[in-house]
Amino acid sequence: MSALHEMGVTELAAALRAREVSSVELTEAFLARIARHQGELNAFISITAEGALAQAAAADERLRTDGAPPLTGVPIAHKDIFCTREVKTTCGSRMLANFVSPYDATVVERLRAAGVVMLGKTNMDEFAMGSSNETSFFGPVRNPWDTSRVPGGSSGGSAAAVAARLAPAATATDTGGSIRQPAALCGVTGIKPTYGRVSRYGMIAFASSLDQGGLITISAEDAALLLGAMAGFDERDSTSVELPVPDYAAALDQPLKGLKIGLVKEFFDEGLDGAIKQHLLAALEVLRAQGALLKDVSLPSLPLSVPTYYVVATAECSSNLARFDGVRYGYRCENPRDLLDLYQRSRGEGFGAEVKRRIMTGTYVLSAGYYDAFYLKAQRVRQLISNDFERAFHEVDVLIGPTTPTTAFELGAKSGDPVTMYLNDIYTIGANLAGLPAMSVPCGLAQDLPVGMQIIGPHFAEERLLNVAHRYQRETDWHRRIAPRFA
Amino acid sequence: MSLNRGDIENIARLARLALSEQEIPLYVEGLSRILVLVGELAPADTGQIEPMAHPLPGQRARLRADVATHTDAHDLYQRNAPQVQAGLYLVPRVIE
Repeated sequence: MSALHEMGVTELAAALRAREVSSVELTEAFLARIARHQGELNAFISITAEGALAQAAAADERLRTDGAPPLTGVPIAHKDIFCTREVKTTCGSRMLANFVSPYDATVVERLRAAGVVMLGKTNMDEFAMGSSNETSFFGPVRNPWDTSRVPGGSSGGSAAAVAARLAPAATATDTGGSIRQPAALCGVTGIKPTYGRVSRYGMIAFASSLDQGGLITISAEDAALLLGAMAGFDERDSTSVELPVPDYAAALDQPLKGLKIGLVKEFFDEGLDGAIKQHLLAALEVLRAQGALLKDVSLPSLPLSVPTYYVVATAECSSNLARFDGVRYGYRCENPRDLLDLYQRSRGEGFGAEVKRRIMTGTYVLSAGYYDAFYLKAQRVRQLISNDFERAFHEVDVLIGPTTPTTAFELGAKSGDPVTMYLNDIYTIGANLAGLPAMSVPCGLAQDLPVGMQIIGPHFAEERLLNVAHRYQRETDWHRRIAPRFA
Repeated sequence: MSLNRGDIENIARLARLALSEQEIPLYVEGLSRILVLVGELAPADTGQIEPMAHPLPGQRARLRADVATHTDAHDLYQRNAPQVQAGLYLVPRVIE
């Protein structure tokens, strides 16, 4: 048996069931790793040791009986955007620094019902707005491969925690790349499901037409197991889709012979780092050797995805974040003069710089006289981008390209200019605008920093994406590599 | 497209955000840069294209029957409130 922290969710679930290890032992092992590395990585906002050990003891009881659910006793972490009763949910913000949700998010509820133990809540960019995890009120997260570099964002804490094996898996969310980009920069597997596949109930809203919950794991096999437990219809989310959840694990080994892979011309542009391109071409060769066919495709409107996103997402953000008014919950300023002063100072002091920048951008693009020129125009271009994807999926089964234009950058390197930061998401945003499922899979190391391969599929093609990723991971070991200091 | 100090003050007022003196020039610059980026959309040919209304084709937000599904959790919800009294949320006086 490998060391406990090297094992993924699938292996751990099997080891627990075979009684090779108890959930308490496993939980203690991960809590010890968290305690040892939290100081240098800052991957967690809350560490729930006491609750985790109580849940683990209960899981060990259940494992002694028949009919324990499949993930019984497996410890994982939740991104601090998912509401949890009894443990604070901060969303990385001063605004919610002391907020304790009166209910659990559907994702939390379902995973608990499937048997998981919660180790804690992971750090993130404030309200999921950021690509470097530097906007968190609780301080930046550091990349386990090089602690002078960012882990990506917004799910930077989840990605760093799994990369350093402080947890075998973590939940995450993706509005413009917030699962895939940090997964790529930290060398772990990330999946953003189709819009509507995973319930958004209890997942704090940023941009409601783009937000989707998903996972950061070691392997596609682990993602298949966890996604099966957390996906599915939820009447409490009005955009949740009423479709049955397939057995994702059952489709993993399906042969790739005849699979048509589209190589998006716009993804292999001059902005792409040369070493990343080389690793991608090598990865495509691994898939071609298994019988997949490669075909060039073009998505001509895709280069407009970043400006489209920064209209649509900010407009929705300004509307969603209007609820934080210092009255019913959240931060309130000291000694407000009157009601307007209470609203303005509570929001001005409770939100960080990037969140305020996006609220103001959104307010502007929705304001009288600008709505047609910005918001409606962006929603029209969004339709063009969506049409491009639809056309491409008439010709190919999946699209493959890079997840990020570069590997992890130094802390502070891009925080001075919002637009430079936004361009990190140039390859990931398209899938959110079109509501498509997408993954990032580790496919190499460039100067000792991880490189991610992105796989995008048609709506509800999660099975196919997991299958392609798994067949790739059967032939390679990039996803098993751990940064030397954490091995 | 570039914004000035007055524009930022007006947007901040609409968004109910108090900004400090030091923040204003940062937002003048930041939002101006973002609007240059967003300006790339203007030349796109969208004449015959309807604005996208839902990320999934053919889907619409679902409505539910208008029946009460939750029990009263007033006390639970008020545990997060900055200031309450006798079950009411307190704010500064609005009517003199």
